[in-house]
Amino acid sequence: MSILAKSQAAEIQIGPAALEDVPRVIEIDAKITGEAKAEFWYSFFSGQGSNPKRSFLVARDEGRVVGYIIGTVRAWEFGSPPSGWIHAVGVDPTARKAGVGTKLFNEMVEFLRGAGANTIRTMLHIDDHLLMSFFRTHGMAAGPFVELEMSAEQT
Amino acid sequence: MKLQQATRYAIWAAVETASRPGELVSAGDLAAKFGVSQHHLAKVLRTLALAKIVSSTRGPAGGCMFIADPRRLTLYDIVSLFESDWWNSENGVREGKGTTVADEVSRVLREIDRITSATLRSVTIQTLINNAARRRRREAAEKAGAGPSAQAEALEAAAKAAGG
Repeated sequence: MSILAKSQAAEIQIGPAALEDVPRVIEIDAKITGEAKAEFWYSFFSGQGSNPKRSFLVARDEGRVVGYIIGTVRAWEFGSPPSGWIHAVGVDPTARKAGVGTKLFNEMVEFLRGAGANTIRTMLHIDDHLLMSFFRTHGMAAGPFVELEMSAEQT
Repeated sequence: MKLQQATRYAIWAAVETASRPGELVSAGDLAAKFGVSQHHLAKVLRTLALAKIVSSTRGPAGGCMFIADPRRLTLYDIVSLFESDWWNSENGVREGKGTTVADEVSRVLREIDRITSATLRSVTIQTLINNAARRRRREAAEKAGAGPSAQAEALEAAAKAAGG
């Protein structure tokens, strides 16, 4: 059950993550994915200062972090012209269904557009229907790239 | 991928009725809008009513009303009402099982099935409504000869209308 009503979502502030926000982001991410990835989050945070094409945003409800999103403009990897990648987005399960994810998404798209991206991309697990549905609700659909993989142990 | 006619009609009917919340929509109206047989559409609506996707009212002023949650109901839910297990193309296939070639072909077909299933499960009726609205706005902006900034504004407005 969401602790935020739709009207409260209007009070949600989206802004750049600060160092002291990272533990809370790690906590929310761990709640969602079941895995705490401290090294990843601190590494992304520390890398954004020197990279104007990278953004780490958080959503705050009365100062408390209730969601996060990270994105980067990347060029020519996999032969792709400059495009904005959304690497992760998450909202505390207790703060969902109040538009927090949409606010984060819209702010990130605005940032990526301003940083030179004409296309916004993301990648997610094929069985994560909820997240896929979230991205599709905002207009995203399958693009021209396909992810392939194999076991590194395969002969 | 080819859907049966009834499945296609059911998706159209669900999207159309969901985009008119609280409104009784007659099978005749829907048939006229999409240029399809009213008789065939009425049968499809009965299936949607049994699945509690629409409510059905009989009589001259009757029709159907969308009663499901458009943010939760997916294409998968509707397709599976009409085409049970169709996404599992290997279901019931026995021939050749156990040979490496047949198993490899099965693996590829399961890969396709998995992508199809994931796509259908992630597209809600509300997403289809939102995307149709976006398309209309984009086309209207293009027709009006608007520049890229006006088009971006129209897209942004559509995204905001979509909520989240």
